[in-house]
Amino acid sequence: MSEKKIMLELKDMTKKYPNGDGVEHIGLQVNEGEIVTLLGPSGCGKSTILRTVGGFLDVTSGDIEINGRSIIHLPPEKRPTAMVFQSYNLWPHMNVYENLAYGLKLRKMPAEEQKTRITEMLDMVGIPGMEKKFPSQLSGGQQQRVAIARSLLLKPELLLLDEPFSALDAKIRHQMREELKKIQQNLGITVLFVTHDQEEAMAISHRIVVMNKGKIDQIGSPADIYDNPGTLHVASFIGEMNFIESEGKTIAIRPEDITVLPEGQGDLEGEVRTIMLLGHYVVLTVQQEENVIKCNIDRAQSETLQVGDRVSLKLGKHTVFDRAQE
Amino acid sequence: MFKMLNPKRFYHAVGKHKFWEFIILAVFILFFYGPLCNMIMLAFADKYEVPNVLPQVWGIKWWQYIFQQKSLVTSMIQSFIIAIITSLLSMVICIPAAYSIARFKYPARKVFMFSFLLTNAFPKLGIYTSIAVLFYKYGLMGTYPGVIIIHLINSMMFMVWLPASAFRSVHRQQEEAARDVGAGPIRTFFKVTMPMAMPGISVATLYTFLASMEEAQGTMLVGMGRIQTMPVAMYGIILDSSAVQIGAVFAILLILPSVVMIFVMRKYIGPEAIAGGFKMK
Repeated sequence: MSEKKIMLELKDMTKKYPNGDGVEHIGLQVNEGEIVTLLGPSGCGKSTILRTVGGFLDVTSGDIEINGRSIIHLPPEKRPTAMVFQSYNLWPHMNVYENLAYGLKLRKMPAEEQKTRITEMLDMVGIPGMEKKFPSQLSGGQQQRVAIARSLLLKPELLLLDEPFSALDAKIRHQMREELKKIQQNLGITVLFVTHDQEEAMAISHRIVVMNKGKIDQIGSPADIYDNPGTLHVASFIGEMNFIESEGKTIAIRPEDITVLPEGQGDLEGEVRTIMLLGHYVVLTVQQEENVIKCNIDRAQSETLQVGDRVSLKLGKHTVFDRAQE
Repeated sequence: MFKMLNPKRFYHAVGKHKFWEFIILAVFILFFYGPLCNMIMLAFADKYEVPNVLPQVWGIKWWQYIFQQKSLVTSMIQSFIIAIITSLLSMVICIPAAYSIARFKYPARKVFMFSFLLTNAFPKLGIYTSIAVLFYKYGLMGTYPGVIIIHLINSMMFMVWLPASAFRSVHRQQEEAARDVGAGPIRTFFKVTMPMAMPGISVATLYTFLASMEEAQGTMLVGMGRIQTMPVAMYGIILDSSAVQIGAVFAILLILPSVVMIFVMRKYIGPEAIAGGFKMK
């Protein structure tokens, strides 16, 4: 890997609301050409961070730099960022062309150039020929495409996406996700993405920032976050996870990392509670002392088991947390 | 065919419910349009005496009479000028107030909002008399500014509440998106917020214009007879003249601007637009 250039840097940034909520001591570096996702439950402060970067909120302390230049004193219109909101991005009294051209007009781009670039951009986001339509005539997915197009047209140094797909249907959401990733790869643009959907974060990001209650819990690649969760919160928030209490410690293990063996051959003994067929695999729950442990097994093995059977569980890859930690 | 107009047959033909609906509608139409029709008829009656139903002589004599009276024509022009100035000034004053109520949270915001209701809550004549005391002191009695201030006070409630609700319906993201693509706060207001709130603003302005056109009490009192708007002139004519037709012609002249404006803006005038203005948040 070549030397990465830092595009965005948050330096010990704190934003407190009058009611005491907010984010504290946020330190984060985003490299050029990277998609970094802020992931967390609602109210964890991920949107707050995005809005401070976009200029819609001022910071209480700390600094935000883009390409090494502090931007915290700039109003949104002077920042080299472009933002796509969850909804209500477009201006309903302007048609698609006018919506897209507005920012270019403010930059005094010649009309000819505006036109060719808008046509190209609509092609790229997959809605060619929509120039004359008004936002109310577009579907939710199309509106978000226009909003993304409008942001990309301004060639921002950093694209900010605030849950842009969360108001869309599941099917369109998946499609948009793939297309966004493709567009990002083609343009090599830097993206800061906010979502509460861990699956979306895993699918789209180079790196994920998991947040909880206004603080950063863990920063890492999707695989890193999934395999080595840094805290109990990360472990429980991302993917399915069993938490096994034993001897004052909590063992966190994914259902697919447990092997079910005949009695006496594994690490933990238990009794089969339920067997659920979920298509190509089977979910087995096992009662082990007070713990109910979920295991994914294949269908062939499930046919040899019945509810009430004594089994033994062998733990594969897992993480151990001290209970005192949480 | 005439047989069906027999009330009993009619009652059984359309059913009880429809029958009463029809009666109420008929009475309503009679009360509502009857005087209006009578007025229009009178305006085109050259000669009319009371016991008759229809005028003896039809014609446009009184229209000619009114348009020949210089003072009446100037009163119309004055009315229009005052109404236009009132509307424009009211927009300049009230739209920023409406925007602040819609967008910013500050202490006493609700008190500020209700203060616009106060002018409409007290008996007008009382307010005008106490204002007159102040106006005497500042030399505003019998002047255009004085009359316009009175009209402005009357318009404020509508001009603040309706646009405030219109501004509230503009989503913050839509303003933020404009800031994001490079528009400053003022440009954002004029290019995004205002156009989107335009229906509410124009309805309020229309009410202001029409209210100013027909305001008589305050204009008479503060204008001291020196400022002769149409309604003020009408008082004079009705009190002076025995010809009831002049009043009718004048009434039609007063109605015309309202009818034209309401027709032009019919799309925006509706129960929702008006009710929306009174939502308190």
